[in-house]
Amino acid sequence: MNTQTSNMEMIDFTKLREEFPILTRRISGEPIAYFDNAATSQKPLSVIKAISEYYENINSNVHRGIHTLSEEATEAYENSREKARKFINAQSAGEIVFVKGTTDGINLVASSFGNKTVGEGDEVIISEMEHHSNLVPWQNLCERKNATLKYIPVNDKGELMIDEFKSMVNEKTKLISVVYVSNSLGTINPVSEIIETAHSFNVPVVLDAAQAAPHMKIDVQKLDCDFLAFSGHKMYGPTGIGILYGKEKHLESMPPYQYGGEMIKSVSYDKTVFNVLPYKFEAGTPNIAGAIVLGTAVDFIERLSHENIHNREMDLLSYADNLFDEIGDIRIIGTAENKTSLISFIINGIHPYDTGSILDNLGIAVRTGFHCTQPLIEQRFRLPGTVRASFAFYNTFEEIDRLAAGLSKVKSMLL
Amino acid sequence: MTETKTITQKEDQIVDDFSLFDDWMSKYEYIIELGKKLPLIDENYKNELYEVKGCQSKVWLNAEMKDGLLYYKADSDAIITKGIISLLIEVLSGNKPEEIKNAEMDFLNKIGLKEHLSPNRANGLNAMINKMKNFAIKYSGENVN
Repeated sequence: MNTQTSNMEMIDFTKLREEFPILTRRISGEPIAYFDNAATSQKPLSVIKAISEYYENINSNVHRGIHTLSEEATEAYENSREKARKFINAQSAGEIVFVKGTTDGINLVASSFGNKTVGEGDEVIISEMEHHSNLVPWQNLCERKNATLKYIPVNDKGELMIDEFKSMVNEKTKLISVVYVSNSLGTINPVSEIIETAHSFNVPVVLDAAQAAPHMKIDVQKLDCDFLAFSGHKMYGPTGIGILYGKEKHLESMPPYQYGGEMIKSVSYDKTVFNVLPYKFEAGTPNIAGAIVLGTAVDFIERLSHENIHNREMDLLSYADNLFDEIGDIRIIGTAENKTSLISFIINGIHPYDTGSILDNLGIAVRTGFHCTQPLIEQRFRLPGTVRASFAFYNTFEEIDRLAAGLSKVKSMLL
Repeated sequence: MTETKTITQKEDQIVDDFSLFDDWMSKYEYIIELGKKLPLIDENYKNELYEVKGCQSKVWLNAEMKDGLLYYKADSDAIITKGIISLLIEVLSGNKPEEIKNAEMDFLNKIGLKEHLSPNRANGLNAMINKMKNFAIKYSGENVN
């Protein structure tokens, strides 16, 4: 059923802002202009209320109680898993593992699947634009296994060099893990093409979808990715919860990542039989409130629709791009044709830290530094960091005007 | 030779200077001016040995003893950071290691700097102060006559 009808004209984004209480805060005496959405998004009232509703009404441990509360909590927990399944169009709920977030999901794959798949002399491919979360686990795996980690190069526009990639895949390649949308450049990578090439060599592909989930519709069956991880807190949900999707055949073949309660079917002093999917990977009492409220965040996004979110964010992006052009002396890092609503930049001759400090003083929240992609910023682009303004649909054109005025102020103070 | 002021006297002077500004933007402008005026450090010191860890911008710091007093030199690739270092140097440089070791650095609270910096940036500030104090600890042993 297509519930995402074209309600394009009907969304009043100014009104929608009222659902985000934090946006009424003042910083340094000014109304906050929050442009650090790629780090974490703000939360709507529905999400905030759902957290306290859980603790007020149904708090109980899942999957083990015979009593009503436990049954209600379990039902809400599993309903949320089902919402997450639909959100990314996975085949079955068994393929949806609740994890702490993207980092946790990737570590699970690297430790469990990576450990059994990658051996001495093998190769793992990631890209030069990976977040540390999708770099360090593979670096560590390759060090442990005496395997080689290879990086898909990035061109000056901040796009993956796909032809180079195609010549890197060979019979030694055991795993490929790439970022769907770059957190520091905004580039949307051609992951379908990467997956197709990888699969022609029978190589499984992991996608870091942390920056994709809030901005675009994800369809794991259409993508045919083998694993995909994303975080709740970047898509209007709570922190400490995320989803790892894995194809059932892979998850079945993998040993557990952690051992303990919940993930077992039966335990004797001599032997343990592990639980079925996805519980095999959910050791210990999970983040029940987080998992349930992730479902509320999914509801929120679907109420708006990715299409409406995308259109609004592209309007904000092109508005900002034009203003940045007028300011002058700005170098944008990441000018891919296909990108999400973020601008990573430096003002020529000014350290990102100085820019960020002054903007903060004007009530404008941006991110400065490496954005957890130190090799990309430092080694590939040879910069001491960038300033990153990442937009969400609740940002306004007036806020972007303030950002532009702030940058002009920075220039006049520092140049 | 200018007469030696105590650390507390120098702190009071800075607190006085900052009391002239009524908002943080003017304080920043002042800090930026200080940063631009900070004497350059020799390029030889711009390496990992002299780097202050924990700052978002790069900071290099060195100290040398002269006639029983400790003198600091520092640099950063960010101007505001340089301005803040300049304040720290103004307060601590030219004093006895013993005094530097025990300096409370209360002026940072009085001018509202610590409160104004995000925890992230306050960590960087603490890292700078620690590095400066570590030099003082290192040299205070040699200073015992």
